[in-house]
This record gives sequence, C-alpha cells and structure tokens, in this order.
Amino acid sequence: MKAWEVVIGIETHAQLSTRAKIFSGSSTAFGAEPNVQANAVDIALPGVLPVLNRGAVECAIRFGLAVGAKIAPRSVFARKNYFYPDLPKGYQISQYELPVVVGGQLAIVVGESERVVKLTRAHLEEDAGKSLHECAGANFHGRTGIDLNRAGTPLLEIVTEPDMRSSTEAVAYARALHALVRWIGICDGNMQEGSFRCDANVSVRPVGQTEFGTRREIKNLNSFRFMQQAIDYEVQWQIATLEDGGTVEQATVLFDPQSGETRAMRSKEDAHDYRYFPDPDLLPLVIDRQWVDEIARQMPELPAARRDRLATDYGLSAYDAKLLTASLELATYYETAVAAAGNSGAKACANWVMVDLTARLNKEERDIGQSPISAEQLGGMVARIVDGTISTNIARKVFDALCNGEGRSADEIIASQGLQQITDGDALETLIDELLATNAAMVAEYRSGKEKAFNALVGQAMKATRGKANPQQVNALLRKKLG
Amino acid sequence: MIAASLQVLARALAKREVSSVELTHLYLDRIARHNPQLNAFISVDEGCSLAQARAADERLAKGEGGPLTGIPIAHKDIFCAQGWLTTCGSRMLNNFVSPYDAAVITRFKAAGAVLLGKTNMDEFAMGSSNETSFYGPVRNPWNADCVPGGSSGGSAAAVAAALAPAATGTDTGGSIRQPAALCNLTGMKPTYGVVSRYGMIAFASSLDQAGPLARSAADCALLLNAMAGFDERDSTSVERPGEDYCREIDAAAGDRPLAGLKIGLPVEFFGEGCRPEVMHLVEAAIAEYRKLGAETISVSLPSMQLSVAAYYVIAPAEASSNLARFDGVRYGYRAPEYQDLNDMYSKSRAQGFGAEVKRRILIGTYVLSHGYYDAYYLQAQRIRRLIANDFAKAFGQCDVIIGPTSPSTAFKLGEKAADPVQMYLSDIYTIAVNLAGLPAISLPCGFAGGLPAGLQLIGNYFAETQLLNVAHRYQQVSDWHVQRPAGFD
Repeated sequence: MKAWEVVIGIETHAQLSTRAKIFSGSSTAFGAEPNVQANAVDIALPGVLPVLNRGAVECAIRFGLAVGAKIAPRSVFARKNYFYPDLPKGYQISQYELPVVVGGQLAIVVGESERVVKLTRAHLEEDAGKSLHECAGANFHGRTGIDLNRAGTPLLEIVTEPDMRSSTEAVAYARALHALVRWIGICDGNMQEGSFRCDANVSVRPVGQTEFGTRREIKNLNSFRFMQQAIDYEVQWQIATLEDGGTVEQATVLFDPQSGETRAMRSKEDAHDYRYFPDPDLLPLVIDRQWVDEIARQMPELPAARRDRLATDYGLSAYDAKLLTASLELATYYETAVAAAGNSGAKACANWVMVDLTARLNKEERDIGQSPISAEQLGGMVARIVDGTISTNIARKVFDALCNGEGRSADEIIASQGLQQITDGDALETLIDELLATNAAMVAEYRSGKEKAFNALVGQAMKATRGKANPQQVNALLRKKLG
Repeated sequence: MIAASLQVLARALAKREVSSVELTHLYLDRIARHNPQLNAFISVDEGCSLAQARAADERLAKGEGGPLTGIPIAHKDIFCAQGWLTTCGSRMLNNFVSPYDAAVITRFKAAGAVLLGKTNMDEFAMGSSNETSFYGPVRNPWNADCVPGGSSGGSAAAVAAALAPAATGTDTGGSIRQPAALCNLTGMKPTYGVVSRYGMIAFASSLDQAGPLARSAADCALLLNAMAGFDERDSTSVERPGEDYCREIDAAAGDRPLAGLKIGLPVEFFGEGCRPEVMHLVEAAIAEYRKLGAETISVSLPSMQLSVAAYYVIAPAEASSNLARFDGVRYGYRAPEYQDLNDMYSKSRAQGFGAEVKRRILIGTYVLSHGYYDAYYLQAQRIRRLIANDFAKAFGQCDVIIGPTSPSTAFKLGEKAADPVQMYLSDIYTIAVNLAGLPAISLPCGFAGGLPAGLQLIGNYFAETQLLNVAHRYQQVSDWHVQRPAGFD
C-alpha cells in the first residue's frame, strides 16, 4: 500500500460588516422579512447601475494589511455571467484577473508547531440572494421563493495556495482566519447565518510525487466540525478510489452532515463558462498609497503581536496568552481587567477569565461581549484578593453576586454583605480559644495523633466566621495553641 | 407654432401668450392625427402629460419658469419613467411599468418640461432602421416607404413630423445621429459620461450615451443644458464644472464667425462607401464652412476601417450580459407554459426577444466564451484604443472633424432587413465616435431625391459647446434644417 499525501486549498467567503451593500446602498442587516432590503439595484430593474461602497474596499485593505499582502493600486471588477433565479442581473460582480489583495500569509498553530499558510489573493464581490424552498409563515406550494435581502451583500473571497496537508491544518487555518477577520472588524464571523463560508479543494497524491492529484471542491462548509468531517471523508474516499484502480474526476461536491459523506453536485463537463469580462458600469478601482497608510494607522494590534505582548508584559504562559487572544473582545476584556486589578493581579485575572468567567459564559451561552460582569468589576475584585481583603473562596461569592447584579463593584458587595476577611490577630485568637474550649473531644483526638481532627477544627473556625477568617492565620494559630 | 424654435416657445410661454396646457394639447392632437401613419409613439398618456403641463403653467404664472418649463418633450422608450410603460421596443418589457425615473427624466422634470410620450425604437436599441421594434416599424415622414433610421427612429420621426417640439434619444453606434440625418434633424451624441445613464436601459454600457434630437443646434444646446450633469448613481458619469452649452451660440459673431477654426477632413470619410449624391451635399456644406472662415485640412483615421468589426464584438458582448436580467423571474415577459426552470428561461427569452436581439446575444456570448475571449473581445478592445489614438492624433491638427453621417439617405423599409451586414454598414461613419467616446452632431445638409442627408461634426472630448456653435453657424447661413416634410401641417 502506497503512502498518500493530502493537499488542501481553502476558499473562504467572508461577508463584510458594512452597513450598506457593496453596490446598491441598501441595508445588509440579517433576518428581515424577505425582499424588504432589496432596492431597485438589488432586484436589477432595467436601467439601474452599481456604485461601489468604499467601506467594502476599506475592509479589503484592512485584511490585506493584516496578512501582509500587496494592496493592488489598480484592480478591476468583472462580470461573472450565469443564470440563476437568486442572481437578479444574470451576472455576479466580482474581481477576476486583477484582485484588490494579492498574496499574504496567515500563521497557524497545529499542536506545538507553528507554520504559515500562503494566500493567493483576496477579492471583492457581491453575494447572491437566496432561493427558499420553505419559509416560516409562507407556503410556496412546491414552488421556490426568492429572497433578495442578501443579494449585493459585500463579500471578500480569500483564496489560499494548495498549502495544507491535513484536515487538522485546514481547520486550524479556517479557525485562524475566522479569528482574524473578526479581530480586524471586517466580518462578524457568524457561520450559522452564513457570514463565513468555506470551500475546500482537496486532492491526494503518492508521497514524493510533485504534481498535484485531481482535486474535488467541497462547497459551503459552514462549521469547523463539518469541515474536518468532510475533508476526512473526502480524503479517505479519494484514496480508496485510487487504490481500487479508479480515477478521481474533477468535480464540485457537497457534504451531507447527516450521512457524513460527500457527494458530487456537478462534474467538470457541466462546469459553467462564466464569460468573465470587465464590468463596463464600474471604473477600475484605484487605491492610492495615502488611503492605505490612513487605514494602516487605524489598524488594531494583530493577534500574534498581542499574544506575544501579553506573555511578556504579564508573565503569562504561551498557552494562556493564546487563549486570551482568541478574539479582540476577549483580549481587550482581559487587559481592561488587569488595568483595574494592577499588574500583580495579571495571572489571577487570566485564571478568572479563562476558568470562572468562561464557564459562566458557556453555561449561559453568551459571548464575552455580553458578559454579565464587566472587566472593571472583575479586575476590582481581583485587586481585593491580591490585597488580602477577601480570600479566593469568598471571591467566588463576590463574583456570583456581581454576575447577578447585586452590586456595582466588588467593594460594594464586600461591604454590604460583610465579606471582608478577618485578619485581626487578637480577634482570631479569642475565637480559637473559644473553639478549643468547646471542642475538647476534637482536641483530644488530634492530640492522640489524628491529623483529620486538625482539619475539622479549621473547618469549625471558618464556619464560625462564615468563611471570612484568613485561612493561613487560622492554621498558624491552631498549630501554635495545640503545640 | 409647430415650426417655432424652443427659444421662441419658451418666450411665448413666459409671456403667457400660450399656456403649456394649450401647447401640450396641440401636440397630443397632432399625435392622435398622425401617429397611426408614422407609428412614432409607443405610449401616450394624456392625463399625465396634461397634469405636468398644468404644473408647468403654475410655475410660469409665478414667473419661476426656466428655458424648458412647459415645453412638451418626447422621450425614447429606453428611459425609465415612473408610472409609464417602459418597453425598450421589446415584447420582453411589454408589461413593464417603471417604478422609478431615469436621471434624464428627473432632469427634464426638474426643468419643468412636459413628458409628451414615449417613442418607438429598435428593440433594445439594436438596429439602424427601427424595423426591429416589437411595436412595428416607424415610417419616415419624408417618405412613408422609407425607414426613419434607428435606433431612435420614433423620436426622429416624431420631431420631423412636428408631433413633438424636441425629443431625446440614445446613441450607441449612431442611434441619434443616423436617424437625425435620415429625418432632416439636428441630433447630438455628447462625450461619454456627460449625460447620466442611470435609468436608461443598457444596451452596450461602455458606448451608450443619451442626447437630444431637435430641429436646430440651438435647440439641442438648450436640451443638453437640461440633460447634462454629474450623477453619483452612474459611476461612469464625469464630474466637471457646470457648462452652458448655449454660450458660444449666444455670443455675437461677425460674417466670418468661424475664422481660425481648423476643420479636419479624414481621407477615410471621403473614399468609397458613400453614395455620390450624399457626398456632393457634404462637400457643398464644407465649401460653406470655408466661407464662414474655417480652414480645412486633410487628416487620417487609419484604424477607422476596423470600427464596425470591433463594434460588433464589443457591443454584443456587453449586451449579452446586460440583457441577462430579462429572465422572466422578477418582471417582464414570462412564457405562459414551461416544464422547469431552464425551460422557463429559454421559452421566456425565445418568445420575449426578437431576432436581432437574439442574434446579438448569441454573438456576444460567443465572443466572451472560454477560448475565444482573447481573439475577439481583447482584440476588439485593442482596436478601440487604436481608434481613440487616431482621433487624438487628428485633434492635434484640427478642432473639428467633418464628414457624412450616413453613407446614404433613408432606405426603403425591408431593403436591408434580410442582410444584417448591409444594415450594420449604415453606421460606418458613426461607430468610431462611440468607440472613442467623443461628442458628435449630425445636422441637415441638403436633399437628394427628396430625402434629407446629414453632415457629421465630430469634436474633441467635452467640446460640445464648440461643436454646437459650429453647427449653429452653418444653420445661420443655410435653411435645410427648417425644411419640413409635406402632409404634416
């Protein structure tokens, strides 16, 4: 049996977060009643003309800068001609020979090792509408409904070189890209609503062979899990086909999540001839250096740089720094919390964000932007742990209270609920003396060598103070008294 | 009244010697009387036109009128007009009532002009004889057996027969100038980008340009003042300082008003291909220009001979894509019976489009196809650049280029209908101008066998004001343009 090498290239359609469509000026908001966000241009009335939304171009420039690509000083919109009911003009305005973003690369981490995936290009285009076969509140009686709300939504199509060698690498790339487009604020990344859709070009070849095998393109992968499953199935199918003496024909395939299989949608023979030609309704897109420089000045610190800085500035592990830079919102939340807690609380903040807060968000199915506790509140609470006002255990109560909106700040909750740690040595000594007097049996047990009794006495002390006694001080006093 | 210039009409309206309602009635009556014979109009809406006329009269009564307020204008049925059937001469849009106004319509509305009706045209502006219209051919008022030219043939026939004081047209390869020549009118195609294409149903987007069809250069200048201007809704619209196209016409001039003007005569315009009786009239007009003080020199446009070939690649390529939206899905014609989606598309388009439109969609689809694109489309674009370079060189030597508009006078209905190449050759002098994006005018220069012939003036980019003046000075010393066909008094 031969050894096989997998070759994968990814094409991603990222819907750009502009308020208006790319050529028509109508709204891009998701979820409106069918066709209410389609104006004369979107429905392609006779005589209407496209006008480019410069906001979409700005998104493309941001992306190009983020991946170290060349921003083309002159690029050209072209018409991709084909008939489909949800494509009102009978052509899609896209870019073909001269795209706006050329080259670039994206770092991915697979296991312990980091590598880069090279990008071929990224180009601007418009989305099509949707064909609806069923729709809440409407019965089409076996016909197809057309919703043109999405028609004309700006897309950035991001194309990689055939640079990935496993489904794991492909998913790592898709995740890194997904994080990046959200980080730089050009795409909301909502895969369920179709804001971020991937196609994977997959082929296999015997290890050592330099030519690529024949590829099949898996369309519309709208989750990372499906991407992994679809590529794994496709690779296994291609290898099995070739090992059985068969050949792989170039084709477009769809992944069926139900069966976990890919199946051919159309072969190369019925591939469209799209008859691309420059759109005469639009002038070439000219981007001058000043525009690029202006956008470069507004770019946020990119994820890799932020990750390295968090590790250095706050002494975090590489792993923690990576987790905290999963999104711009999370990284910003973390640094805002540290600012409130002080640098000595940086590690504690990291733990609170990654453990307690993440658990709470997961349970409530919220993301960091909807956190019930603000970064300032969390940092303020950590500051009180650091200065010994409360113990970590008491802090959990404060955390819950803040999440439940019981107070505006940790200090307010500590004061109103009397949670301040008891660190007054005299008070604790009195308390311990009383405890030893009333628990003579436990004291005797301890003295007879049962270490467990010591822990029970600590527990009694904590119970008597409703957890507020400083545990270290209680321990020390007990040891001293019990001698 | 029906022979009056727009300036005279405007003065009469401003002085309240006539009302817009009276004027509109006058033309509506003439349309009712003569249109059955000419077939120049596709739609007339008396109620709508008279309502606009009443509004114009109110403006005029308050002394708020402009040069076109209250004047009825006919519009080619290629311009979308809100509430009006807008067919583009096609069965495909036989049921299409536009929900919006084209930029040209909006600008005429703002000027207070009255929308008199929508004029007949070759289907989707594809034709040089007005015989491809779904609504039947238009007849030439000078001879009912002859074509009026095309594609703006309805507009030309309407103005020539005084069914409208003036009209709009569009010109992709000569569709304003050639009908102007064949109907004894003055018609102008402005520089590409001067008039917004928004709401003008696209034939070949990189060539289409709207312009006026009227009885004189002075009328055209007034109309262009209303039509021209930057429009952010058309990305190919050109942003420039405002221009008064009447400026040079209105300036005082002596008996040699064109002294210093250099007229270029391209050798390619004066060789074979033009009928001698037309050439004779063109040469007489050139002699007249010398009397007006102009100097003539010989220039050359060597790539012009390739213009028809390049045009019949580029225009159909763009058209094949522009007409893809007519698919029966959202508006327009849908076949009554079909099996499935593809059958719906093919039946709707097969039944909705006429033969010439289908021919051009097929040509356009072919030249853009994989494996043919470089040989046809790219090659045609190269020729287009060569032609533009030829003109640039010529305008280094002269101010205005003069030649015939059309190689012949109006031909008989049906004469060229069976031979598309002969039909395409009727545009040999006009097409190169569209490929280069230049402005040009056709103006009357005499009659041969009772039929009018046209003189074409081509200017450099944005030289409309000068071009209109050069045409106007000839019309000050000639009376061809005031001749009117018999039977339409």
